Amino acid sequence: MAWPEQRKGTRMEMKVNKSRISKTTKNDLITYAMVILTYIVVQVLVSTGHVSSLVQGLLVPFCTYVIVAVALNLTVGILGELSLGHAGFMCVGAFASAVFSLAFKEALPGGVRFFLALLIGAAAAAVVGFLVGIPVLRLRGDYLAIVTLAFGEIIKNIINVLYLGVDSKGLHFSMKDALSLHMEEDGLMLIKGAQGVTGTPNDSNFTVGVVLILVTLFIVLNFIHSRTGRAVMSIRDNRIAAESVGINVTKYKLIAFTVSASLAGVAGVLYAHNLSTLNALPKNFGYNMSIMILVFVVLGGIGNIRGSIIAAVLLTLLPEVLRGLSDYRMLIYSIVLIVMMIFNWGPNAILFRKRLKQKISFGRKAKEEV
Amino acid sequence: MKKRMLSLVLAGVMTASLLTGCGGSAGTDAGSAEGAAEETTEATEETTAADETAEAEPADDAAAQETTGDSAGGTFKIGGVGPLTGSAAVYGIATMNGSQIAVDEINAAGGINGMTVELNFQDDECDAEKSVNAYNTLKDWGVQVIDGAVTSACSIAVSDKTAQDNIFQLTPSGSAVDCVKNDNAFRVCFSDPNQGAASAQYIGEHGLASKIAIIYDSSDVYSSGIYEKFMQESEGQSFEVVATGAFTADNKTDFSVQLQQAKDAGAELVFLPIYYSEAALILKQASDMGFDVTFFGCDGLDGILGVKNFDASLAEGVMLLTPFAADATDDLTVNFVTTYKEKFNETPNQFAADGYDAIYTIKAAAEKAGITADMSNEEICEAMKTAMTEITVDGLTGDGITWDASGEPTKAPKAVVIKDGVYTAM
Repeated sequence: MAWPEQRKGTRMEMKVNKSRISKTTKNDLITYAMVILTYIVVQVLVSTGHVSSLVQGLLVPFCTYVIVAVALNLTVGILGELSLGHAGFMCVGAFASAVFSLAFKEALPGGVRFFLALLIGAAAAAVVGFLVGIPVLRLRGDYLAIVTLAFGEIIKNIINVLYLGVDSKGLHFSMKDALSLHMEEDGLMLIKGAQGVTGTPNDSNFTVGVVLILVTLFIVLNFIHSRTGRAVMSIRDNRIAAESVGINVTKYKLIAFTVSASLAGVAGVLYAHNLSTLNALPKNFGYNMSIMILVFVVLGGIGNIRGSIIAAVLLTLLPEVLRGLSDYRMLIYSIVLIVMMIFNWGPNAILFRKRLKQKISFGRKAKEEV
Repeated sequence: MKKRMLSLVLAGVMTASLLTGCGGSAGTDAGSAEGAAEETTEATEETTAADETAEAEPADDAAAQETTGDSAGGTFKIGGVGPLTGSAAVYGIATMNGSQIAVDEINAAGGINGMTVELNFQDDECDAEKSVNAYNTLKDWGVQVIDGAVTSACSIAVSDKTAQDNIFQLTPSGSAVDCVKNDNAFRVCFSDPNQGAASAQYIGEHGLASKIAIIYDSSDVYSSGIYEKFMQESEGQSFEVVATGAFTADNKTDFSVQLQQAKDAGAELVFLPIYYSEAALILKQASDMGFDVTFFGCDGLDGILGVKNFDASLAEGVMLLTPFAADATDDLTVNFVTTYKEKFNETPNQFAADGYDAIYTIKAAAEKAGITADMSNEEICEAMKTAMTEITVDGLTGDGITWDASGEPTKAPKAVVIKDGVYTAM
């Protein structure tokens, strides 16, 4: 019975920490404060008319990618497994919620409908994440990455052949084509195969997005600092040691993976309700997107939640800011990406930064002495 | 470390010089329209914003900023949205080039109501999210009328935003039904169902075959849209659909299964509501397996003769329903094709023609509505909406095109057959 002892340990830790705010809490508070401050600044700038339409249009995508980056960081950074299927979970969340919102477009008022859509999107992604997780989490490392990649593609392809409609007789479903649904004249097509979902109500806005970011942060940060989180991290650091102290590896892995998938689903909901059309294309829900999300996480620092937020915003903004360069945009974007990676994570660059920091702090000390 | 920094800087300099090198040739292009003296304030702002890169800007942006001399009536800003990079870039670039030719012609002839036309074409990478970004960029630029988006999904996403902002939108080639569901949106091309129905009627009325097989791309909006309507329409016709084979974007290189299925069912005609790159493969594979049959397609098949390494004799006898054939002999088409070849060194396809017609349609509607440069976007939109239903346009993609309030164009489909390696009207 190792657990009671451990609990005692945490309680003692808490007692010690009561006197002053612990380092981790301080760190978390900075993250929350950063998001809230950014929100206030942006809102003020928007209301005074200092923000271009382009950036205003990008605010919701920022939120979407921040959430999914934080969600993936939970899998990559905390669980220590490489998932390349997060665009797939986003896709599930997006489609589940879009279908719901379209079906109840008239029946429910906007706020309630969007709240329910969020729950449905998150739940659908969580269920799929759980089901995918059962076989996948038995694998490790590269194998897991490849299998999640395949699952992401499967999800996208299934949605592309799905036909769903509703009329007075109820739901109609087909995987062949729209004609075989045999819908009534006044029936409503929900998913039209490759044509996706059209006419989703535009419920996402920046405020909702920021609230969702805060909720995501709250869930992820608290998860990391909880007992479950520590168990998950112990699996990441040394699986055998974790198993030997009685941690149920499969269970904790599944918990982390499911939470991560469900948060990706929330991002999908935000995505779906920002545009009136939703297609599962290689561009938005294919493996390219999964890799893009991974780039956010890696650039921001694996396991570093705040870094993911900043990286997601930067990398979403970058190609749009470079629009003036027209055709050379993608070339410059790639070069900037390489430079950023080297600057952030190249061993020599880290050393250089450290030295620079030292120099600055020395300079400050010298000044103080004077 | 120093070495690395040095190499990075060097790489940067080399890329920059590369860009300026490319920009140079584009610069002469823009320089030919020497009237650039009177650039509007917005255009200048944009130039300063992209100051360091101004020279590096390729032809389209440079062209967007060019203005001809007598801009006494102000400028009329048309914003284009379409894929200029990525897998669908062919369509976006063709539309942009076609539109640019029309803009140049109009400016040379004195503009619209005395206003100089400016075209700014933004890349959407064929992604709905990016298309909204492109549209917002255009809004910052001060766009007055939207010419786009080129692809269906993007067009739907953009039309939702233009409806909110009340900006007039004319899509050259967004063919899905929902592209024009908002009353500020109109289109130049046929809708997908329209093409499906027209194909079925054409085959039925002309008695081309009694047993038909269909091969279509179920993952493509355009293809499945035509397919569905064709199937609905075929019920009342004199032919019978004996086989349908579907493929998806992930699996579009081997069509032997679908062709064998069609052959076994005894099809006399294979209907291909798909794009030309896959159709070229289908024709090749059909001839390899000795399946001698008539092929019938829609406007997506236009351009099949231009496919690299494609034996044009295979396409002999292929029929297609297309609004535009580059080999037509009327003055308008001949002029357009010559100018296009001169400027861009390739034969224009249907998208280029749609882009060209879109600009002339905007011109016709703007003249009818009496648009002036000082009108707000809402006023322009309201006036253009009414004017669209009153105009008749003789364009590359049809004579006497008219619109109704739903946004759908009315024009007669043209059928062409490939004979001796050229498109010939039927």
